[in-house]
Amino acid sequence: MKENVVIIGGGIAGMEAARQLLLLGYTPIIVEKKDHLGGHVARWHKLFPDMAPAGDLVRRLSEAISEANIFLETRITSINRLSNGYVVMLSNGVSIPCRAVLGASGFRLFDASKKEEYGYGVYNHVITNSDLEAWFNGAEDPRIVADPKAVGFVHCVGSRDLKAGNSQCSKVCCMTAVKQAIELKERFPDARIYCFYMDLRLFGKKYEDFYINAQQEYGIQFIRGRVSEVGETAEERLQVKAEDTLSGKPLKVQLDLLVLMSGMVCNPEVAEFARTIRLDVDSDGFLKSLDNVGGINRSNQPGFFYAGACTGTKTVPETLAEARAAALDIHRYLLGK
Amino acid sequence: MMDFGFKLSKSATIDLDRAGTERYEKLCALSPDARTCMACGSCSATCTAASFSGMSVRKVILGLQRGQDVRPLLSACMLCGKCTLVCPRGINTRRLILNLSKSYD
Ligand SMILES: Cc1cc2nc3c(=O)[nH]c(=O)nc-3n(C[C@H](O)[C@H](O)[C@H](O)COP(=O)(O)OP(=O)(O)OC[C@H]3O[C@@H](n4cnc5c(N)ncnc54)[C@H](O)[C@@H]3O)c2cc1C
Ligand code: SF4
Ligand code: SF4
Ligand code: SF4
Repeated sequence: MKENVVIIGGGIAGMEAARQLLLLGYTPIIVEKKDHLGGHVARWHKLFPDMAPAGDLVRRLSEAISEANIFLETRITSINRLSNGYVVMLSNGVSIPCRAVLGASGFRLFDASKKEEYGYGVYNHVITNSDLEAWFNGAEDPRIVADPKAVGFVHCVGSRDLKAGNSQCSKVCCMTAVKQAIELKERFPDARIYCFYMDLRLFGKKYEDFYINAQQEYGIQFIRGRVSEVGETAEERLQVKAEDTLSGKPLKVQLDLLVLMSGMVCNPEVAEFARTIRLDVDSDGFLKSLDNVGGINRSNQPGFFYAGACTGTKTVPETLAEARAAALDIHRYLLGK
Repeated sequence: MMDFGFKLSKSATIDLDRAGTERYEKLCALSPDARTCMACGSCSATCTAASFSGMSVRKVILGLQRGQDVRPLLSACMLCGKCTLVCPRGINTRRLILNLSKSYD
Protein backbone atom coordinates (compact mmCIF):
# COMPACT_ATOMS: atom_id res chain seq x y z
CA MET A 1 0.00 0.00 0.00
CA LYS A 2 1.14 3.52 -0.72
CA GLU A 3 1.99 5.61 2.27
CA ASN A 4 -0.27 8.52 3.31
CA VAL A 5 1.00 12.08 3.69
CA VAL A 6 -1.47 14.57 5.16
CA ILE A 7 -1.40 18.09 3.70
CA ILE A 8 -3.12 20.83 5.67
CA GLY A 9 -4.39 23.41 3.18
CA GLY A 10 -5.24 23.11 -0.51
CA GLY A 11 -3.70 26.35 -1.76
CA ILE A 12 -1.02 26.25 -4.42
CA ALA A 13 1.55 25.12 -1.82
CA GLY A 14 -0.50 22.08 -0.84
CA MET A 15 -1.41 21.32 -4.45
CA GLU A 16 2.13 21.49 -5.81
CA ALA A 17 3.44 19.36 -2.93
CA ALA A 18 0.66 16.82 -3.58
CA ARG A 19 1.63 16.66 -7.23
CA GLN A 20 5.27 15.92 -6.35
CA LEU A 21 4.33 13.39 -3.66
CA LEU A 22 2.17 11.52 -6.19
CA LEU A 23 5.15 11.38 -8.54
CA LEU A 24 7.29 10.05 -5.70
CA GLY A 25 4.78 7.25 -5.07
CA TYR A 26 2.86 8.47 -2.01
CA THR A 27 -0.83 9.09 -1.37
CA PRO A 28 -1.23 12.76 -0.50
CA ILE A 29 -4.37 13.63 1.45
CA ILE A 30 -5.30 17.29 1.15
CA VAL A 31 -7.48 18.77 3.89
CA GLU A 32 -8.99 22.07 2.75
CA LYS A 33 -11.48 24.06 4.80
CA LYS A 34 -12.99 25.91 1.84
CA ASP A 35 -15.16 24.41 -0.92
CA HIS A 36 -12.47 24.81 -3.58
CA LEU A 37 -8.74 24.36 -4.09
CA GLY A 38 -6.28 27.10 -4.99
CA GLY A 39 -6.33 29.22 -1.84
CA HIS A 40 -5.81 32.92 -2.38
CA VAL A 41 -4.49 32.47 -5.90
CA ALA A 42 -7.94 31.21 -6.95
CA ARG A 43 -9.18 34.75 -6.30
CA TRP A 44 -6.44 36.58 -8.22
CA HIS A 45 -6.77 37.64 -11.85
CA LYS A 46 -3.33 37.80 -13.49
CA LEU A 47 -0.06 36.92 -11.80
CA PHE A 48 3.00 39.11 -11.98
CA PRO A 49 5.52 39.17 -13.47
CA ASP A 50 4.30 37.33 -16.58
CA MET A 51 0.65 38.36 -16.25
CA ALA A 52 -0.48 34.79 -16.85
CA PRO A 53 -4.05 34.07 -15.71
CA ALA A 54 -4.05 32.83 -12.10
CA GLY A 55 -6.91 30.51 -12.99
CA ASP A 56 -4.67 28.62 -15.43
CA LEU A 57 -2.17 27.77 -12.71
CA VAL A 58 -4.88 26.51 -10.37
CA ARG A 59 -6.47 24.47 -13.17
CA ARG A 60 -3.15 22.89 -14.17
CA LEU A 61 -2.41 21.94 -10.57
CA SER A 62 -5.93 20.55 -10.06
CA GLU A 63 -5.57 18.33 -13.10
CA ALA A 64 -2.21 17.05 -11.92
CA ILE A 65 -3.55 15.93 -8.55
CA SER A 66 -6.71 14.14 -9.63
CA GLU A 67 -5.37 11.01 -7.94
CA ALA A 68 -4.79 12.61 -4.58
CA ASN A 69 -7.34 12.28 -1.78
CA ILE A 70 -8.95 15.65 -1.36
CA PHE A 71 -11.29 16.60 1.46
CA LEU A 72 -12.97 19.94 0.83
CA GLU A 73 -14.92 21.87 3.45
CA THR A 74 -13.07 19.85 6.04
CA ARG A 75 -11.15 21.01 9.07
CA ILE A 76 -8.56 19.48 11.31
CA THR A 77 -10.17 18.82 14.66
CA SER A 78 -7.02 17.53 16.33
CA ILE A 79 -3.54 16.22 15.69
CA ASN A 80 -1.95 13.78 18.09
CA ARG A 81 1.61 12.60 18.36
CA LEU A 82 2.37 8.90 18.03
CA SER A 83 5.75 7.38 18.71
CA ASN A 84 6.30 7.18 14.98
CA GLY A 85 4.19 9.95 13.51
CA TYR A 86 0.77 11.57 13.88
CA VAL A 87 -2.93 10.85 13.88
CA VAL A 88 -4.86 13.62 12.18
CA MET A 89 -8.58 13.79 13.05
CA LEU A 90 -10.87 15.54 10.58
CA SER A 91 -14.22 17.27 11.04
CA ASN A 92 -15.86 14.62 8.79
CA GLY A 93 -15.01 11.92 11.30
CA VAL A 94 -12.08 10.47 9.36
CA SER A 95 -8.85 9.92 11.24
CA ILE A 96 -5.60 9.43 9.39
CA PRO A 97 -2.46 7.87 10.82
CA CYS A 98 0.66 8.99 8.99
CA ARG A 99 4.37 9.43 9.48
CA ALA A 100 4.58 12.86 7.81
CA VAL A 101 2.37 15.95 7.76
CA LEU A 102 2.81 19.03 5.57
CA GLY A 103 1.59 22.37 6.90
CA ALA A 104 0.44 24.45 3.91
CA SER A 105 -2.19 26.58 5.60
CA GLY A 106 -1.08 29.84 4.02
CA PHE A 107 -1.70 33.37 5.19
CA ARG A 108 -4.62 35.63 5.92
CA LEU A 109 -5.23 38.98 4.30
CA PHE A 110 -5.06 41.84 6.81
CA ASP A 111 -8.56 43.06 7.70
CA ALA A 112 -8.43 46.59 6.29
CA SER A 113 -11.36 47.80 8.40
CA LYS A 114 -9.02 47.62 11.40
CA LYS A 115 -7.21 50.68 10.04
CA GLU A 116 -10.16 52.93 10.72
CA GLU A 117 -8.42 56.05 9.40
CA TYR A 118 -8.62 54.63 5.86
CA GLY A 119 -12.41 54.24 5.96
CA TYR A 120 -12.75 50.72 4.55
CA GLY A 121 -16.35 49.68 5.09
CA VAL A 122 -17.21 53.28 5.98
CA TYR A 123 -16.74 55.32 2.81
CA ASN A 124 -18.26 54.21 -0.48
CA HIS A 125 -15.17 54.15 -2.64
CA VAL A 126 -12.53 52.41 -0.57
CA ILE A 127 -11.63 48.87 -1.62
CA THR A 128 -8.75 46.42 -1.08
CA ASN A 129 -6.24 44.81 -3.42
CA SER A 130 -8.22 41.59 -3.05
CA ASP A 131 -11.53 43.31 -3.97
CA LEU A 132 -9.86 44.73 -7.06
CA GLU A 133 -8.62 41.30 -8.18
CA ALA A 134 -12.18 39.96 -7.79
CA TRP A 135 -13.47 42.89 -9.89
CA PHE A 136 -10.84 42.18 -12.57
CA ASN A 137 -12.22 38.65 -12.56
CA GLY A 138 -15.69 39.95 -13.33
CA ALA A 139 -17.30 40.42 -9.91
CA GLU A 140 -19.65 43.40 -9.61
CA ASP A 141 -18.43 46.16 -7.30
CA PRO A 142 -20.61 49.25 -6.90
CA ARG A 143 -17.73 51.02 -5.10
CA ILE A 144 -15.84 51.29 -8.39
CA VAL A 145 -17.42 54.17 -10.35
CA ALA A 146 -17.76 53.98 -14.12
CA ASP A 147 -15.46 56.87 -14.92
CA PRO A 148 -12.97 57.61 -12.14
CA LYS A 149 -10.91 60.79 -12.61
CA ALA A 150 -8.39 59.97 -9.91
CA VAL A 151 -7.41 56.78 -8.14
CA GLY A 152 -5.00 56.18 -5.26
CA PHE A 153 -3.19 53.11 -4.02
CA VAL A 154 -2.14 52.96 -0.39
CA HIS A 155 0.87 50.73 0.23
CA CYS A 156 1.62 48.94 3.50
CA VAL A 157 -1.90 48.64 4.91
CA GLY A 158 -1.53 46.58 8.06
CA SER A 159 2.08 45.74 7.16
CA ARG A 160 5.15 47.48 8.60
CA ASP A 161 2.78 48.77 11.22
CA LEU A 162 3.50 48.01 14.85
CA LYS A 163 0.16 49.46 15.87
CA ALA A 164 -1.60 46.92 13.68
CA GLY A 165 0.53 44.22 15.28
CA ASN A 166 2.56 43.46 12.16
CA SER A 167 6.12 44.65 11.90
CA GLN A 168 6.81 42.59 8.78
CA CYS A 169 6.79 43.77 5.18
CA SER A 170 4.31 41.78 3.08
CA LYS A 171 6.73 41.97 0.20
CA VAL A 172 4.26 41.23 -2.63
CA CYS A 173 2.09 44.34 -2.26
CA CYS A 174 4.44 46.94 -3.77
CA MET A 175 4.54 44.85 -6.90
CA THR A 176 0.79 44.15 -6.70
CA ALA A 177 0.12 47.90 -6.44
CA VAL A 178 2.26 48.69 -9.50
CA LYS A 179 0.60 45.85 -11.41
CA GLN A 180 -2.92 46.90 -10.43
CA ALA A 181 -2.18 50.57 -11.13
CA ILE A 182 -1.18 49.63 -14.67
CA GLU A 183 -4.25 47.43 -15.11
CA LEU A 184 -6.56 50.21 -13.89
CA LYS A 185 -4.91 52.76 -16.15
CA GLU A 186 -5.54 50.43 -19.08
CA ARG A 187 -9.23 50.37 -18.20
CA PHE A 188 -9.48 54.05 -17.30
CA PRO A 189 -6.94 55.82 -19.53
CA ASP A 190 -8.12 59.28 -18.44
CA ALA A 191 -7.72 58.67 -14.74
CA ARG A 192 -4.80 60.10 -12.77
CA ILE A 193 -3.30 57.32 -10.70
CA TYR A 194 -1.19 57.75 -7.57
CA CYS A 195 0.73 55.25 -5.48
CA PHE A 196 1.42 56.35 -1.90
CA TYR A 197 4.45 54.44 -0.70
CA MET A 198 7.07 54.53 2.04
CA ASP A 199 9.65 52.43 0.24
CA LEU A 200 9.19 50.70 -3.10
CA ARG A 201 10.20 47.09 -2.65
CA LEU A 202 10.40 45.71 -6.15
CA PHE A 203 12.92 43.00 -5.55
CA GLY A 204 11.91 40.22 -7.91
CA LYS A 205 12.70 39.22 -11.43
CA LYS A 206 11.24 41.84 -13.82
CA TYR A 207 9.59 43.82 -11.02
CA GLU A 208 11.67 46.93 -11.69
CA ASP A 209 10.60 46.75 -15.34
CA PHE A 210 7.00 47.13 -14.19
CA TYR A 211 8.01 50.22 -12.24
CA ILE A 212 9.74 51.80 -15.22
CA ASN A 213 6.77 50.95 -17.42
CA ALA A 214 4.32 52.34 -14.89
CA GLN A 215 6.22 55.64 -14.98
CA GLN A 216 7.01 55.79 -18.66
CA GLU A 217 4.05 54.25 -20.46
CA TYR A 218 1.27 54.75 -17.95
CA GLY A 219 2.18 57.98 -16.18
CA ILE A 220 1.51 56.54 -12.72
CA GLN A 221 2.59 59.06 -10.08
CA PHE A 222 4.55 57.81 -7.10
CA ILE A 223 4.24 59.84 -3.93
CA ARG A 224 6.60 59.08 -1.09
CA GLY A 225 4.45 59.40 1.99
CA ARG A 226 2.18 57.23 4.03
CA VAL A 227 -1.49 58.20 3.86
CA SER A 228 -2.41 59.41 7.31
CA GLU A 229 -6.15 59.80 6.95
CA VAL A 230 -9.03 59.64 4.52
CA GLY A 231 -12.22 61.68 4.61
CA GLU A 232 -15.22 62.18 2.36
CA THR A 233 -16.37 65.39 0.68
CA ALA A 234 -19.99 66.48 0.31
CA GLU A 235 -19.86 65.12 -3.25
CA GLU A 236 -18.84 61.71 -1.91
CA ARG A 237 -15.31 61.98 -3.23
CA LEU A 238 -12.48 60.83 -1.05
CA GLN A 239 -10.16 63.38 0.48
CA VAL A 240 -6.75 61.87 1.14
CA LYS A 241 -4.00 63.39 3.27
CA ALA A 242 -0.32 62.47 3.32
CA GLU A 243 3.00 64.18 3.61
CA ASP A 244 4.81 64.46 0.31
CA THR A 245 8.04 63.71 2.10
CA LEU A 246 10.21 64.43 -0.93
CA SER A 247 9.00 68.02 -1.10
CA GLY A 248 8.57 68.14 2.65
CA LYS A 249 5.02 69.47 2.48
CA PRO A 250 1.62 68.20 3.55
CA LEU A 251 -0.36 67.07 0.54
CA LYS A 252 -4.06 66.49 -0.12
CA VAL A 253 -5.87 65.12 -3.12
CA GLN A 254 -9.44 64.17 -4.01
CA LEU A 255 -10.01 60.71 -5.39
CA ASP A 256 -12.85 58.62 -6.80
CA LEU A 257 -11.36 55.31 -5.72
CA LEU A 258 -8.86 54.28 -3.09
CA VAL A 259 -7.27 50.83 -3.16
CA LEU A 260 -5.75 49.60 0.11
CA MET A 261 -2.86 47.17 -0.24
CA SER A 262 -3.83 44.88 2.60
CA GLY A 263 -0.88 42.88 3.81
CA MET A 264 -0.25 39.18 4.21
CA VAL A 265 -0.54 38.31 7.88
CA CYS A 266 -0.42 35.06 9.80
CA ASN A 267 -3.34 32.64 9.73
CA PRO A 268 -4.41 32.60 13.38
CA GLU A 269 -6.06 29.19 13.06
CA VAL A 270 -2.73 27.41 12.97
CA ALA A 271 -1.96 28.50 16.52
CA GLU A 272 -4.45 25.89 17.77
CA PHE A 273 -2.92 22.80 16.24
CA ALA A 274 0.56 24.25 16.65
CA ARG A 275 0.04 24.33 20.39
CA THR A 276 -1.15 20.74 20.74
CA ILE A 277 1.91 19.30 19.00
CA ARG A 278 4.31 21.99 20.18
CA LEU A 279 5.17 23.57 16.87
CA ASP A 280 7.10 26.80 17.35
CA VAL A 281 5.33 29.97 16.28
CA ASP A 282 7.48 32.93 15.20
CA SER A 283 7.35 36.48 16.59
CA ASP A 284 5.27 37.55 13.58
CA GLY A 285 2.66 34.86 14.28
CA PHE A 286 3.65 32.73 11.28
CA LEU A 287 4.75 29.13 11.82
CA LYS A 288 8.41 29.07 12.66
CA SER A 289 10.80 27.30 10.32
CA LEU A 290 13.62 25.33 11.86
CA ASP A 291 15.87 27.98 10.34
CA ASN A 292 15.35 30.62 7.69
CA VAL A 293 18.19 29.69 5.37
CA GLY A 294 18.57 25.97 4.92
CA GLY A 295 15.57 24.71 6.86
CA ILE A 296 12.56 26.74 5.73
CA ASN A 297 10.62 23.54 4.99
CA ARG A 298 11.23 22.01 8.39
CA SER A 299 9.52 22.57 11.71
CA ASN A 300 10.92 21.92 15.15
CA GLN A 301 9.03 18.58 15.24
CA PRO A 302 10.12 15.46 13.37
CA GLY A 303 7.79 14.52 10.53
CA PHE A 304 6.11 17.93 10.36
CA PHE A 305 7.03 20.02 7.32
CA TYR A 306 6.06 23.38 5.83
CA ALA A 307 5.54 24.92 2.41
CA GLY A 308 4.39 28.33 1.25
CA ALA A 309 2.96 31.32 3.05
CA CYS A 310 2.29 29.55 6.36
CA THR A 311 5.84 30.47 7.41
CA GLY A 312 5.89 34.03 6.05
CA THR A 313 5.06 36.19 3.07
CA LYS A 314 5.87 34.44 -0.21
CA THR A 315 5.40 34.97 -3.92
CA VAL A 316 3.83 32.28 -6.09
CA PRO A 317 7.16 31.03 -7.53
CA GLU A 318 8.67 30.91 -4.05
CA THR A 319 5.67 28.98 -2.79
CA LEU A 320 5.86 26.47 -5.62
CA ALA A 321 9.60 25.98 -5.15
CA GLU A 322 9.14 25.40 -1.43
CA ALA A 323 6.37 22.90 -2.09
CA ARG A 324 8.66 20.88 -4.35
CA ALA A 325 11.46 21.07 -1.83
CA ALA A 326 9.11 19.98 0.97
CA ALA A 327 7.94 16.96 -1.03
CA LEU A 328 11.53 15.85 -1.52
CA ASP A 329 12.36 16.50 2.11
CA ILE A 330 9.37 14.37 3.18
CA HIS A 331 10.55 11.62 0.80
CA ARG A 332 14.02 11.75 2.34
CA TYR A 333 12.51 11.63 5.83
CA LEU A 334 10.24 8.67 5.07
CA LEU A 335 13.17 6.77 3.59
CA GLY A 336 14.86 7.28 6.94
CA LYS A 337 17.78 9.19 5.42
CA MET B 1 33.88 96.98 -11.89
CA MET B 2 31.28 94.72 -13.44
CA ASP B 3 28.88 93.21 -10.98
CA PHE B 4 28.39 89.57 -11.94
CA GLY B 5 25.88 89.04 -9.16
CA PHE B 6 28.11 86.52 -7.39
CA LYS B 7 28.46 86.56 -3.68
CA LEU B 8 29.86 84.18 -1.14
CA SER B 9 27.08 82.06 0.25
CA LYS B 10 27.09 79.26 2.77
CA SER B 11 27.41 75.82 1.22
CA ALA B 12 24.10 73.98 1.01
CA THR B 13 25.87 70.65 1.25
CA ILE B 14 25.22 68.53 4.31
CA ASP B 15 28.69 67.73 5.58
CA LEU B 16 28.29 64.63 7.68
CA ASP B 17 31.89 64.85 8.80
CA ARG B 18 31.09 68.13 10.52
CA ALA B 19 27.45 67.63 11.40
CA GLY B 20 27.23 67.65 15.17
CA THR B 21 24.82 64.95 16.23
CA GLU B 22 25.30 65.30 19.99
CA ARG B 23 21.79 66.58 20.46
CA TYR B 24 20.36 63.70 18.49
CA GLU B 25 22.32 61.23 20.62
CA LYS B 26 21.17 62.97 23.79
CA LEU B 27 17.57 62.79 22.59
CA CYS B 28 17.90 59.09 21.77
CA ALA B 29 19.13 58.43 25.28
CA LEU B 30 15.80 59.81 26.57
CA SER B 31 13.60 58.68 23.64
CA PRO B 32 15.29 55.59 22.17
CA ASP B 33 12.35 55.02 19.84
CA ALA B 34 13.46 58.12 17.88
CA ARG B 35 15.98 55.86 16.15
CA THR B 36 13.22 53.78 14.56
CA CYS B 37 11.68 56.58 12.47
CA MET B 38 11.27 55.43 8.87
CA ALA B 39 10.46 58.88 7.53
CA CYS B 40 6.97 57.92 6.38
CA GLY B 41 5.54 61.39 7.03
CA SER B 42 2.37 60.23 8.78
CA CYS B 43 3.13 62.57 11.68
CA SER B 44 3.52 65.61 9.42
CA ALA B 45 0.46 64.76 7.35
CA THR B 46 -1.75 64.63 10.39
CA CYS B 47 -0.23 67.55 12.29
CA THR B 48 -2.52 70.56 12.62
CA ALA B 49 0.42 72.91 12.97
CA ALA B 50 2.19 71.58 9.88
CA SER B 51 0.35 73.37 7.10
CA PHE B 52 0.94 76.77 8.71
CA SER B 53 4.32 76.40 10.34
CA GLY B 54 6.15 73.56 8.61
CA MET B 55 6.25 71.60 11.88
CA SER B 56 7.03 67.97 11.25
CA VAL B 57 8.34 65.36 13.64
CA ARG B 58 9.90 63.64 10.65
CA LYS B 59 11.85 66.81 9.80
CA VAL B 60 12.81 67.30 13.42
CA ILE B 61 14.31 63.81 13.65
CA LEU B 62 16.01 64.08 10.26
CA GLY B 63 17.31 67.56 11.08
CA LEU B 64 18.88 66.33 14.31
CA GLN B 65 20.47 63.39 12.48
CA ARG B 66 22.01 65.94 10.12
CA GLY B 67 23.18 68.23 12.91
CA GLN B 68 20.74 71.05 12.20
CA ASP B 69 19.07 73.45 14.59
CA VAL B 70 15.42 72.39 14.65
CA ARG B 71 14.14 74.92 17.17
CA PRO B 72 12.26 76.99 14.57
CA LEU B 73 10.15 73.92 13.77
CA LEU B 74 9.45 73.01 17.36
CA SER B 75 8.05 76.39 18.38
CA ALA B 76 4.80 75.76 16.50
CA CYS B 77 4.01 72.45 18.17
CA MET B 78 0.92 72.49 20.39
CA LEU B 79 1.73 69.10 21.94
CA CYS B 80 -1.66 67.82 20.85
CA GLY B 81 -0.30 64.29 20.34
CA LYS B 82 -2.06 63.56 17.04
CA CYS B 83 1.26 62.50 15.54
CA THR B 84 1.70 59.89 18.26
CA LEU B 85 -1.61 58.30 17.30
CA VAL B 86 -0.61 57.73 13.68
CA CYS B 87 3.07 56.76 13.87
CA PRO B 88 3.32 53.21 12.43
CA ARG B 89 6.54 52.59 14.33
CA GLY B 90 4.79 53.38 17.58
CA ILE B 91 7.16 56.22 18.44
CA ASN B 92 5.99 58.36 21.32
CA THR B 93 6.48 61.52 19.28
CA ARG B 94 4.86 63.78 21.83
CA ARG B 95 7.29 62.69 24.51
CA LEU B 96 10.09 63.03 21.99
CA ILE B 97 9.17 66.68 21.41
CA LEU B 98 8.99 67.32 25.15
CA ASN B 99 12.35 65.67 25.75
CA LEU B 100 13.91 67.64 22.93
CA SER B 101 12.43 70.97 24.09
CA LYS B 102 13.85 70.39 27.55
CA SER B 103 17.28 69.75 26.07
CA TYR B 104 17.22 73.24 24.55
CA ASP B 105 16.25 74.96 27.86
C1 LIG C 1 -3.51 40.81 -3.45
C2 LIG C 1 -2.45 39.78 -3.69
C3 LIG C 1 -2.03 39.51 -5.00
C4 LIG C 1 -1.01 38.59 -5.25
N1 LIG C 1 -0.58 38.43 -6.53
C5 LIG C 1 0.52 37.64 -6.75
C6 LIG C 1 1.08 37.55 -8.07
O1 LIG C 1 0.54 38.14 -9.04
N2 LIG C 1 2.22 36.80 -8.24
C7 LIG C 1 2.83 36.16 -7.19
O2 LIG C 1 3.89 35.55 -7.39
N3 LIG C 1 2.28 36.20 -5.93
C8 LIG C 1 1.14 36.91 -5.70
N4 LIG C 1 0.61 36.96 -4.43
C9 LIG C 1 1.12 36.01 -3.39
C10 LIG C 1 0.31 34.67 -3.42
O3 LIG C 1 -1.05 34.93 -3.13
C11 LIG C 1 0.89 33.67 -2.41
O4 LIG C 1 2.22 33.41 -2.75
C12 LIG C 1 0.14 32.34 -2.39
O5 LIG C 1 -1.24 32.53 -2.17
C13 LIG C 1 0.67 31.40 -1.30
O6 LIG C 1 0.03 30.15 -1.42
P1 LIG C 1 -0.23 29.19 -0.16
O7 LIG C 1 -0.80 27.94 -0.71
O8 LIG C 1 1.02 29.10 0.65
O9 LIG C 1 -1.29 29.95 0.76
P2 LIG C 1 -2.85 30.30 0.52
O10 LIG C 1 -3.07 30.83 -0.84
O11 LIG C 1 -3.22 31.18 1.68
O12 LIG C 1 -3.59 28.89 0.66
C14 LIG C 1 -3.75 28.26 1.91
C15 LIG C 1 -4.92 27.31 1.87
O13 LIG C 1 -5.02 26.61 3.12
C16 LIG C 1 -6.38 26.60 3.55
N5 LIG C 1 -6.37 26.49 5.03
C17 LIG C 1 -5.90 27.41 5.90
N6 LIG C 1 -6.02 26.98 7.16
C18 LIG C 1 -6.58 25.74 7.10
C19 LIG C 1 -6.95 24.77 8.08
N7 LIG C 1 -6.76 25.00 9.38
N8 LIG C 1 -7.49 23.61 7.66
C20 LIG C 1 -7.69 23.38 6.32
N9 LIG C 1 -7.35 24.25 5.35
C21 LIG C 1 -6.80 25.43 5.73
C22 LIG C 1 -6.94 27.89 3.02
O14 LIG C 1 -8.35 27.84 2.92
C23 LIG C 1 -6.25 28.00 1.65
O15 LIG C 1 -6.99 27.32 0.66
C24 LIG C 1 -0.41 37.88 -4.17
C25 LIG C 1 -0.85 38.13 -2.85
C26 LIG C 1 -1.82 39.09 -2.60
C27 LIG C 1 -2.23 39.37 -1.19
S1 SF4 D 1 5.82 45.14 -0.23
FE1 SF4 D 1 5.66 47.35 -0.32
S2 SF4 D 1 3.49 47.76 0.15
FE2 SF4 D 1 3.91 45.67 0.83
S3 SF4 D 1 4.43 45.91 2.99
FE3 SF4 D 1 6.38 45.88 1.82
S4 SF4 D 1 6.83 48.04 1.45
FE4 SF4 D 1 4.66 47.92 2.06
S1 SF4 E 1 1.99 67.11 18.93
FE1 SF4 E 1 2.93 68.80 17.77
S2 SF4 E 1 3.90 67.80 16.02
FE2 SF4 E 1 2.45 66.33 16.90
S3 SF4 E 1 0.56 66.62 15.71
FE3 SF4 E 1 0.40 67.91 17.54
S4 SF4 E 1 1.19 69.90 16.88
FE4 SF4 E 1 1.86 68.43 15.35
S1 SF4 F 1 5.04 58.92 11.76
FE1 SF4 F 1 6.67 58.02 13.02
S2 SF4 F 1 7.91 56.80 11.56
FE2 SF4 F 1 6.62 58.17 10.35
S3 SF4 F 1 7.93 59.96 9.97
FE3 SF4 F 1 6.71 60.42 11.80
S4 SF4 F 1 7.97 59.78 13.53
FE4 SF4 F 1 8.86 58.85 11.69
